[in-house]
Amino acid sequence: MIGLDLLYVVGGLFFAAMSGLSGFDASNPKRLGNAAFWGLLAVSFLFGSHLSDLINGLLILALALLAGFGCLGRGAPSATTVEDRWASAERFGARLFLPALLIPVVTLTGSFLFKALTIGGQPLVDPKQTTLVSLVLGILLALVLAMAMLRPKLLTPLQEGRRLLDTVASAALLPQMLAALGAVFLAAGVGQIVGHLAGAWIGDSGPLISVVAYTFGMALFTIIMGNAFAAFPVMTAGIGLPLIVTRYGGDPAIMAAIGMLSGFCGTLMTPMAANFNLVPAALLDLKDRYGVIRAQFPTALMILGANTVLMYALVFRH
Amino acid sequence: MNLWPLLGIAVVVGGFIARLNPLLVIVAAAGVTGVAAGISPPDVVAAFGKAFKDNRYISLVWLILPVIGLLEQAGLQEKARELIARVRGATTGRLLLLYLVIRQITAALGLTSLGGHPQMVRPLIAPMAEAAAEARHGPLPEGLQQSIRAQAAATDNIGLFFGEDIFIAIASILLIKGFLETNGIVVEPLSLSVWAIPTAVCALLIHGARLWWLDGKIARTLEQDTTR
Repeated sequence: MIGLDLLYVVGGLFFAAMSGLSGFDASNPKRLGNAAFWGLLAVSFLFGSHLSDLINGLLILALALLAGFGCLGRGAPSATTVEDRWASAERFGARLFLPALLIPVVTLTGSFLFKALTIGGQPLVDPKQTTLVSLVLGILLALVLAMAMLRPKLLTPLQEGRRLLDTVASAALLPQMLAALGAVFLAAGVGQIVGHLAGAWIGDSGPLISVVAYTFGMALFTIIMGNAFAAFPVMTAGIGLPLIVTRYGGDPAIMAAIGMLSGFCGTLMTPMAANFNLVPAALLDLKDRYGVIRAQFPTALMILGANTVLMYALVFRH
Repeated sequence: MNLWPLLGIAVVVGGFIARLNPLLVIVAAAGVTGVAAGISPPDVVAAFGKAFKDNRYISLVWLILPVIGLLEQAGLQEKARELIARVRGATTGRLLLLYLVIRQITAALGLTSLGGHPQMVRPLIAPMAEAAAEARHGPLPEGLQQSIRAQAAATDNIGLFFGEDIFIAIASILLIKGFLETNGIVVEPLSLSVWAIPTAVCALLIHGARLWWLDGKIARTLEQDTTR
């Protein structure tokens, strides 16, 4: 069965290649730092499942120290000039879009198809991981197609990938790190404390205040946790269910649906949601790390206001 | 109740505001939170290590970089720019508005993987948005170029977030259903996704209006730049 184990091997080999290429990148003054950083990540991907939790933890400590003390550098940008790229764009034309579009197409068809595909009664792909497997498959097929079309040197895709990874740098690990922090918050009971405090603080102050506290509480706690999924059980157990539903007779489906979407407004406003907010800033080479959040902030606040009005207008109407 | 674990939140907020390296801030916050909750330091490190290991799948998305890098070297961004410059009447605002609508509709149909920052925004949407403005106004000052890129990324996020909850089999709908069920309330996924529609419409109107006015804002910014 194809599942996460195989994907982690692919990922490990990729990061090992990034480490190797970084180590030999003469244009990067801190090449050894980069090589160590991606090398440690490769170790985590290849052997993480077999290492003890403590060793895995120490590994991350090392990654954070490397990033935190400025050990990562950036190599020279691609050797191709703008003129080269325009000439190549002229030559290949719209065919250049094909590999890029192949990735979502394969991801979509694969995630539906693999659910039904069995060999000898066994599913070929772990039914829980069909989307991830399809994504990686789509990437590999797109790479084959692009290689066949463009006929570059064998190492070129990895070198170009390494250049892009240099621009993203340690921000590449933020989403995974923040997910791990969320787990530590959970283990330490941060959610219960916040839910308890919020519920006690609002007390018995009427349906309007409860709705405002719930929608803004969802957004605020999502800003802290970086994830509406983590905020939802806490705020709904603390405010939504006991006040809006039980005491004031609100509709639970409406409360929950709009409550979750209020959390999404928080996701748009927080650096903790790194894969949506910080990673694109790095990918697009923005000078301001928080540039994407700035662009989203007015929209997020207005939608949060709209959610509050909508919930108050809809949830108590029977 | 022991309130000390909340100290970890203060570390995160302080660290992000001070713009310290985010990886260090996260590790420090995890340490402070765990120790404040009475967990021994080696156990905190182990808990963090286990959670990191269990979440490795998140970082698999970077496997896409070689393909994107190869295509970009072959002129993918340039081709996207040329394409948009040839469309008469194409402006940054209209292009992003169209992308917002498509992203919301496809996400509402469960097609959330048709988009995303490494796959769509960096190689296609952001260069197109920039090129649409350049076709009208010539080369852009750096600040404007940066804010157009940021707006492209923002539009992808907003379209995704306020479309996906209309689809009944998305993770957040299943999470809501599961949570309410453990609290003795049974709701159908469909009744949840129906109530995601009013917010989706508001999001389209609000962000759509901002994009509609974006072209005027770009023109005004350039005017101020030249008069100064």
